[in-house]
Amino acid sequence: MLLTDFIIFVLSLWVGFEVISKVPATLHTPLMSAANSIHGVVLAGAIVIAATAHNAVGYVLAFVAVTFAAMNVVGGYVVTGRMLKMFKRRPTQAPAAPAAPVAQAGQNSKVTA
Amino acid sequence: MTGTFNTVIQLIYLVAASCFVLGLHLMNNPATARRGNQVSVAGMVAAIVATGVLVIHLGVISATGWIVIAAGILVGGGAGLYTARTVKMTAMPQLVSVFNAVGGGAAALVAIRDFMSVGSSIGASHSVPTVLDVIIGSVTFSGSIIAAGKLQGLITSAPVTFPGARFVNLIVAAVAVGVGGYVIAAPSMASLGIVIAAALIFGITMVMPIGGADMPVVISLLNAFTGTAVAMAGFVIDNTGLIIAGALVGASGGILTKLMADAMNRSIGNIMLGGFGSGDSAVAIAGPAGAGVQSIAADDAAIQLAYASKVIIVPGYGLAAAQAQHEVAALADLLESRGVDVSYAIHPVAGRMPGHMNVLLAEANVPYPLLKEMDEINPEFARTDVALVIGANDVTNPAARRPGTAISGMPILDVDAAKSIIVIKRSMGHGYAGIDNELYTNPKTSMFFADAKKGLAELTASVKTLVG
Repeated sequence: MLLTDFIIFVLSLWVGFEVISKVPATLHTPLMSAANSIHGVVLAGAIVIAATAHNAVGYVLAFVAVTFAAMNVVGGYVVTGRMLKMFKRRPTQAPAAPAAPVAQAGQNSKVTA
Repeated sequence: MTGTFNTVIQLIYLVAASCFVLGLHLMNNPATARRGNQVSVAGMVAAIVATGVLVIHLGVISATGWIVIAAGILVGGGAGLYTARTVKMTAMPQLVSVFNAVGGGAAALVAIRDFMSVGSSIGASHSVPTVLDVIIGSVTFSGSIIAAGKLQGLITSAPVTFPGARFVNLIVAAVAVGVGGYVIAAPSMASLGIVIAAALIFGITMVMPIGGADMPVVISLLNAFTGTAVAMAGFVIDNTGLIIAGALVGASGGILTKLMADAMNRSIGNIMLGGFGSGDSAVAIAGPAGAGVQSIAADDAAIQLAYASKVIIVPGYGLAAAQAQHEVAALADLLESRGVDVSYAIHPVAGRMPGHMNVLLAEANVPYPLLKEMDEINPEFARTDVALVIGANDVTNPAARRPGTAISGMPILDVDAAKSIIVIKRSMGHGYAGIDNELYTNPKTSMFFADAKKGLAELTASVKTLVG
């Protein structure tokens, strides 16, 4: 079982390296925040230990773990969403300058490339 | 547990993990990044619901257990929601640190609680990840809290160190690892308690000597630690969802740590040994004097900017510290409305965490296509009429191209290639590396001595009145 888990762990690391190295520097803060939310999956672990707790110490530890993990997962996703919402191509209220659309079009192709 | 049931749960974890990977993949473009976050949320909901169903199926949970879970989710989720909604974008690094702390702490608690219930009958294949989880999780917890405190200004951002500090660090780390080994050989709660204490102390002593300017590396590294701790928690309770998610975060944190360290031209080990990074507020060296430095008034700078055809703005740490992102955006908007081609050159360590400057400018409504990465913008400086440097110092110093200086080899923005350069700076004070910036004595450079926020507001006002 440990070996299988270890294989999964190492392969996931490689997938992570592969996927994340393609993220542009512009999005590094939201990326870290998104990664932060993903490690909030530890909430699943916290729920499991709450389920097997049967004494005061166990309940206290489980409560702290669930609280921490819930804060991590909820806060992480909400703040990531908030940040990503701010990334706009061109704000609607600002009228585009004559020269701007050209420069922008050139940039777009780089972003998507 | 029936075989079919277990298979279904495992498949749901697989779906959740796929959602996490897909979500991260969609982050490779600002246009699809929001969808990525939603996909990731969907995966998370699936994983948590599956775990809830699993717990019901196991049937061992007590009524108190349910209350504990519900109360924890309400309290923690509420706190997370509130902070996430109200936090200022300048405070993002602190928030990420706090989430690192609670994530690492929760991962450590999972292993601690599991160890208590399994007891001394624990096998080595179980105790090894337990000890690793406890050490990494505890270090992350205390280290991230110190990092958040430094970023928030509750703890001095200057390196805190004392003679023999490194030796103490080494001892504490040796205790954590040594006693950890003993726990694997002869499991007991008392020994695990020593491991927890030593790891918590090590987290503190590791981050205290690190200066404010090195925070982008520290946060990234602690992020990688949290991911690893969560993956170890997955080993402990044999949950593949946690293992995959933890590994993804570990990889992400690892890549960002490497990128940040490279951008500062320092090894990770050098930063972690710490002790020479400076604080936020570098000591201002009195007076705008200095040989060969020419200063410029707001009106003259405004005219240069207004009649330029191409302007590159170089925002740095000082801009973030002065919270002048809205002022810089206002000036850029005004220039753009006059037909000036304005873009931003963002050095990888321009903010307090990877990509921080981009978020601050996005918040100030700067369209992201205008934010250019270093490698992309460097060739454009030669075609630029005015480079406007705001609160950036070492990352613009041409001395980095020569060997034998404190910043030799550090990748820099080729600001000196622009036809003229205006630097907004409070004084001739040194940057983080503590050396003179040769850009300031360049004949093409004019220094506009002002606070970033006030200086930019003055420039905007001057452009309006002079050429409006």
